[in-house]
Amino acid sequence: MLTIDTLTNEIDGKAILKGLSLTINAGEIHAIMGPNGAGKSTLAYTLGGRPGYEVTGGTATFDGADLFDLDPHERAAAGLFLGFQYPVEIPGVSNLQFLRESLNSQKRARGEKELNGGEFIRLAKEKAALLGLDMDMLKRPVNVGFSGGEKKRAEMVQMGILDPKLAILDETDSGLDIDALKIVGAGINAIMRKPDKAVLLITHYQRLLDYVKPDYVHVLAGGRIVKSGGPELALELEREGYSDVVGAEVVG
Amino acid sequence: MLDLPTSSDESWRYSDLSALQSVWPLPAPVRIDVAAGDSAHHHLLQNAADSAAAVHDYVVTVGDGARCDFHVLNIGGKLGRVTIDVTLGRGSHFELGGAILGSGDQTLEIVTSVTHAQPDATSGQTIRSILSQRATGSYLGKIAVARDAQRTDAFQSVKAMLLDRTATANAKPELEIYADDVKCAHGATVGELDKAALFYMASRGMDPATAKTLLLRSFVAGVFDSVADEAVRETLEAAAIAKLEAMV
Repeated sequence: MLTIDTLTNEIDGKAILKGLSLTINAGEIHAIMGPNGAGKSTLAYTLGGRPGYEVTGGTATFDGADLFDLDPHERAAAGLFLGFQYPVEIPGVSNLQFLRESLNSQKRARGEKELNGGEFIRLAKEKAALLGLDMDMLKRPVNVGFSGGEKKRAEMVQMGILDPKLAILDETDSGLDIDALKIVGAGINAIMRKPDKAVLLITHYQRLLDYVKPDYVHVLAGGRIVKSGGPELALELEREGYSDVVGAEVVG
Repeated sequence: MLDLPTSSDESWRYSDLSALQSVWPLPAPVRIDVAAGDSAHHHLLQNAADSAAAVHDYVVTVGDGARCDFHVLNIGGKLGRVTIDVTLGRGSHFELGGAILGSGDQTLEIVTSVTHAQPDATSGQTIRSILSQRATGSYLGKIAVARDAQRTDAFQSVKAMLLDRTATANAKPELEIYADDVKCAHGATVGELDKAALFYMASRGMDPATAKTLLLRSFVAGVFDSVADEAVRETLEAAAIAKLEAMV
């Protein structure tokens, strides 16, 4: 579904990703872990197409298309979802309005029929209930006045409504207490654990992986994948630390 | 015949004086007198043809205990200028909601002078401007508080959004206060579209034009919330949205 080959990039002239390669197939959940400053969020933003995250080399192919040929909104319409570590507040625009415009923009781009008001509200209710989010929250402006946990749950409601093929979730577990973590983990499983979908979980800690079991775990350090393994690698990292598992000079 | 104003006349400082020539001299202002205890609603949709100059002058008196709500959508013409000169009686209220949406080479202005002549009057002015290309949008707002007009409470909230670096927003509050028990609040900001919000919206699939229009609609939303007549509110909102969609 997604093939990244020797990807390099720069932000303000500084090289962050230095030849990153990764392949994710349909039906798989991958976790990328790594120390602070390894380039985890940079990878997410670069795949999402955030302005300023300049690709300097390598390729990324998503469902047969050159990902870097597509504008950010076209990547979303193609089935990519980016979960933000810090979801953005948009005063004056309600969640419902935001999501309906987003979903219908995607449907227009794919040549599908747009949802009318009633159809959309039914869909939103169903997905909000899945994440235990009150419908009243969705009537409020996007992320404005939401707690950290509410923002992350709202992100998962967005994911449920937009129904992507591939979700790249950047530190979706940060700012969540244990109860919220369980709800968000169950939400990810319910929405994305399907044979035709895939997930890339970017996380600093292993605790989210207790609830969303990855098929593969990768260690990102110094702008590259330095080690890959099964779920046991996450436990090893948690136990022994990044320096011991992949070498202090790599993490440095 | 009166001479054409010059740019050294303070209230014409940012105007388009060559466009003004075609309509000079101006007719007498429209008078609105709200009788004591009454309540009045007025609105103006200034949507003149592209090359035209449109100047609308109002002189408003609000009687004791009366209230006047005024809504202005200023979007048309080469020059579109709306001036409102208000005098407030005891315990009266004046409320202005104004939006300026300018593109191309338009010069659009709202110029107000609100005189609190008697005690206990309140006034509120909310102005939102969105300007693209080489447009100029100006708000000049004077508040005068007479010596005896104690317990005056007035505010001006002025926000402008520039879609291009070549557009210009002017905001000039002017306070002239002779009483001592007075609240006059004014705030003015000039900003650009939030790039983080635009990327967030794009990441959810919104095309750039849809995302920008949604952000701009939310920026001017609220200006027309207090329009009492629903048909009028819908007319103003529809005209504003049509103009915004043409701008992004």
